[in-house]
Amino acid sequence: MAEAANFKAIGTRPIRPDGVEKVTGRANFGADLNLPDMLHGKVLRSPHAHARIKRIDLTKAQAMDGVYAAISSADFPQEVTSSLSKNILARDKVLYHGHALAAVAARTPRIAEEALDRIEVEYEVLLPVLTLDDAMQENATLVCEDLRTNDDESSPPSNIAASQRFERGNVTKGFAEADVIVQEEFRVPSAHQGYIEPHACVATSNPGGRVTIWCTTQGPFEVRSATAGVLKKTVSDIKVIPSEIGGGFGGKTVVYLEPVAVRLSELTGKPVKMVMNREEVFRATGPASATLCKIKVGAKKDGRVTAATAWLAYEAGAFPGSPVGPGCMSVFAPYDINNFLVEGYDVLVNKPKVAAYRAPGAPQSMHAMECAIDELAQKLDMDPIDLRLKNAAKEGTIAPYGPKFPPIGLVECLEAAKQHPNYVRKPSEEVGRGVAVGFWFNIGMQSSAEVNIAEDGAVSIMEGSPDIGGSRASMCLMAAETLGVPYETINAHVGDTESTGFCNLTGGSRTTFATGLAVVKACEDVIAQCKARAAMTWELDVEQVDWKDGQAVPKPGVNIDVEPLSLADIAKTMSRTGGPLLGRASLNAQGAGACFSVNWTDVTIDRETGKVDVKAFTAIQDAGRAIHPAYVEGQMQGGAVQGLGWALNEEYIYDENGIVENASFLDYRVPVASDMPMIDCEIVEVPNPSHPYGVRGVGETPIVAPLAATSNAVRDLLGFRINDLPLSPPNVLAAIDAAD
Amino acid sequence: MSNFGYVAPTTVEETLAVLQRATDQGQRTQILAGGTDVIVQFRSFDNSHRLFVDIKALKETNDIRIENELVFIGAAIPSGVLNENAELKALFPGLLEAADLIGSTQIQGRASIGGNLCNSSPAGDTIPALIVNSALCVIATNEGTRTVPAENFVTGVGRNCLEAYEFLLGFQIPRPSTDTGDAYLRFIPRTEMDIAVAGAAASLTLNHDGICERARVSIGAVAPTPLLVSSAAEALIGTTADENALQQAAQACSDAAQPITDKRGTVEYRRKVVGVLCRRAGAIARDRALSNRN
Ligand SMILES: Cc1cc2nc3c(=O)[nH]c(=O)nc-3n(C[C@H](O)[C@H](O)[C@H](O)COP(=O)(O)OP(=O)(O)OC[C@H]3O[C@@H](n4cnc5c(N)ncnc54)[C@H](O)[C@@H]3O)c2cc1C
Repeated sequence: MAEAANFKAIGTRPIRPDGVEKVTGRANFGADLNLPDMLHGKVLRSPHAHARIKRIDLTKAQAMDGVYAAISSADFPQEVTSSLSKNILARDKVLYHGHALAAVAARTPRIAEEALDRIEVEYEVLLPVLTLDDAMQENATLVCEDLRTNDDESSPPSNIAASQRFERGNVTKGFAEADVIVQEEFRVPSAHQGYIEPHACVATSNPGGRVTIWCTTQGPFEVRSATAGVLKKTVSDIKVIPSEIGGGFGGKTVVYLEPVAVRLSELTGKPVKMVMNREEVFRATGPASATLCKIKVGAKKDGRVTAATAWLAYEAGAFPGSPVGPGCMSVFAPYDINNFLVEGYDVLVNKPKVAAYRAPGAPQSMHAMECAIDELAQKLDMDPIDLRLKNAAKEGTIAPYGPKFPPIGLVECLEAAKQHPNYVRKPSEEVGRGVAVGFWFNIGMQSSAEVNIAEDGAVSIMEGSPDIGGSRASMCLMAAETLGVPYETINAHVGDTESTGFCNLTGGSRTTFATGLAVVKACEDVIAQCKARAAMTWELDVEQVDWKDGQAVPKPGVNIDVEPLSLADIAKTMSRTGGPLLGRASLNAQGAGACFSVNWTDVTIDRETGKVDVKAFTAIQDAGRAIHPAYVEGQMQGGAVQGLGWALNEEYIYDENGIVENASFLDYRVPVASDMPMIDCEIVEVPNPSHPYGVRGVGETPIVAPLAATSNAVRDLLGFRINDLPLSPPNVLAAIDAAD
Repeated sequence: MSNFGYVAPTTVEETLAVLQRATDQGQRTQILAGGTDVIVQFRSFDNSHRLFVDIKALKETNDIRIENELVFIGAAIPSGVLNENAELKALFPGLLEAADLIGSTQIQGRASIGGNLCNSSPAGDTIPALIVNSALCVIATNEGTRTVPAENFVTGVGRNCLEAYEFLLGFQIPRPSTDTGDAYLRFIPRTEMDIAVAGAAASLTLNHDGICERARVSIGAVAPTPLLVSSAAEALIGTTADENALQQAAQACSDAAQPITDKRGTVEYRRKVVGVLCRRAGAIARDRALSNRN
């Protein structure tokens, strides 16, 4: 923290450039665009969780006044057989309640809806596979008849799409050395990302085959390639313009509507707008996997872990691709364990295809491990933070997933927790406290940035990362710091796929790190050009010029008497010194530093209703360097609330046929503001050596620890553990009654 | 596009005439008070054509009259307005708290207790509180007004005793004696913006010796309609409404409940929790009665 004082811009908390537009309702989100002569597209969704489509008859819908097109998967290139293509419109089977199978475009949304009612579909209803236990049974009903585990042609068809296993040391020996062993099973339900803005897009195609898509997305370039793939187009035929985005949390990294809207536009020759309603969002878009995690951990009396095993099964939904991989890689990541074995299974069920959700895979497996560590602390009568300190990964530890950790901040977070007044103050009798650790890998990937200098010295950044958490402000701050000019003179813009260089999606907590790196490098490019212009003006060698505090100055020792030239000075004369100043950078960022956190929840429980109230919550997290501390805290608080919601009340309610009964915010219970205490935040800064300012991604780690922290708090208060989430009133009351 | 008609009459006679005419012509009508149920339902579930008859412009539905024997509360008064009335709040804290549970501040700018009753959901929060306060529903008809006790108003899930050409004017409630207290509690898994999993209201009158002379207990969200539970009241009458008596009343409520298992709760859970709520609401009502007297 001390070092931060040397910065002028970084570490300050200016207002965000997009704030005024948003709070005054002027910002344009996915559903805000309307084009002349535009049609409205709607999707017909399966009323069954699992059924064979015997016949789809679109003729009555097509014949309706005001209907311009009605399509099914038959209207898409049949040679494309990806999961994505089968998810956006079902082929021979519908695989979950809400699976899209046809779409129409009509003059008004109402006509489109009426047209859906006229589409005739004949189904052969099949038994749905709804739980991991059912799906993994031998002789289970198959979601996909020709799927074999790990594509192994010699094995029989199965719902287990993939399995993986990795180990280190010798777990048998490790458990033999243990003085205490904890062995438990934990279930975590599916949770939806719950972004406020439903999926929405407008697509328009011209007769030459060129397509433009406006949409709400975390990754316009990924929308481009996904849409091109499904429609067998080249990416250069497609331009994607991202709107402002009302939350994504991983759920807007995939496409549902865009290829359908494009196809409808191609067939009608008109722009087509498609907007999901909330029910569609819940029924058809990606939740996080429901999981079953079996954990065994052994330790010496002094708390040193000697061995650990994890068996992890993740629901993938109707198509392969759960985040069981990262679940396996993260389960033991915070700990230095010599003997471990991890097994993971990616399992198909008749539910929507899961999508990324903040730290995809980690909250579930780490919930299990952090509960097990808590049990260990109970058995050993150790403070839960001391136990974790005893085993904490640090710089040089070989991470369970392979690499040697560079500098990481877990120990620093644990130390900060021990000294935090909220931790030092012990909870009263009626309050339970639970501690847990969070982790996420973070990623780098590709980013580009351009920095344009206007004739008055104003700075304009063009980059390709949709801004979900205030990243434009962070880009401006890093540019201000690098160039040495005031934050207020800088603007950042998120370009479309044709106005900015390639950029991977906003995800993996990569934007401030990787796109930030590109912005810093583009600013350095501008500085190099400014130094050259100053050298030219002063008739010096460029090596004789320095850039200090936003000005070109002769290097110390260069004997010349000139006034420094500011960015604005140089900009003013740029037409005479070589033309516009434009800095550029494009890169594939390496070394995204892992991010660790420590959280604790203080809860009370109404023992007659089973209601758990969160009274206090503290989050400590290593940000590497907090570029804009308020937005780092925003990520910590937002992630905490989502994690607490997952721990407490969020779950899908299915009937025995796999029909979702709570596809609304009324009955899918995310926390409301008054449910939550103030989320107290403390930012720890252990700089990431791979970023000029030390940035680590901070967006995903915050959702990880609240699940186990809350479970552990309930355990602390009740004196016994409830292994499964959610800790909803009926579940908690049933557990209390059973324990009596 | 528009799939509805809209009228906002300014007198009771005009309203009845509009309703009668439309009904005679076979046109569907729907009364619109705050619209916080109507508009949501119209947009989400059933948007078949209808004529909305807005009753917010009527004097009677906006009236509050507090007299020696009787209190009248207009059917269309938003919860937010009711809760700004200190006198009403002192007389019926439980009823006003029930109204204050509806939705959020924004919703309460519109949501009325008349609408809450006429929507006739098993989980309507103000209905048990109206019942324990012995509210009479005052209904405008072509033959003048008729009254129905609140406990008889709702006849099934989403159904009530109103005819298509009638509407609710308001509530006539006996002014509670100074030794009376009421209370309403509901259970939701969150703190707001949710629908009751179970609810319970109580109104108790205690005599000089602290003995309960009059009691009414009503429960919500645990049967097709809110229920008046006379067995729970009987368990309290003649006692000091102590823990023991309240526990008996709680048991009576659990026994009287006919809950279902749905996405909001199970039979076992609702049966248990409605008893807990009865006990807690009974204790609050008792303490209010005692403190009112002092
Ligand atoms: C976000 C949200 C949260 C909510 N939370 C709650 C809650 O916590 N608890 C709860 O109980 N409810 C809740 N509701 C439901 C609703 O707000 C209440 O039922 C409210 O009291 C309805 O009043 P209103 O004036 O808006 O009724 P309206 O919507 O105008 O009418 C409701 C029904 O009653 C009929 N009606 C209304 N007035 C009359 C009359 N005078 N004569 C005859 N018929 C009439 C209408 O035709 C309609 O069928 C919530 C609604 C929303 C949108």
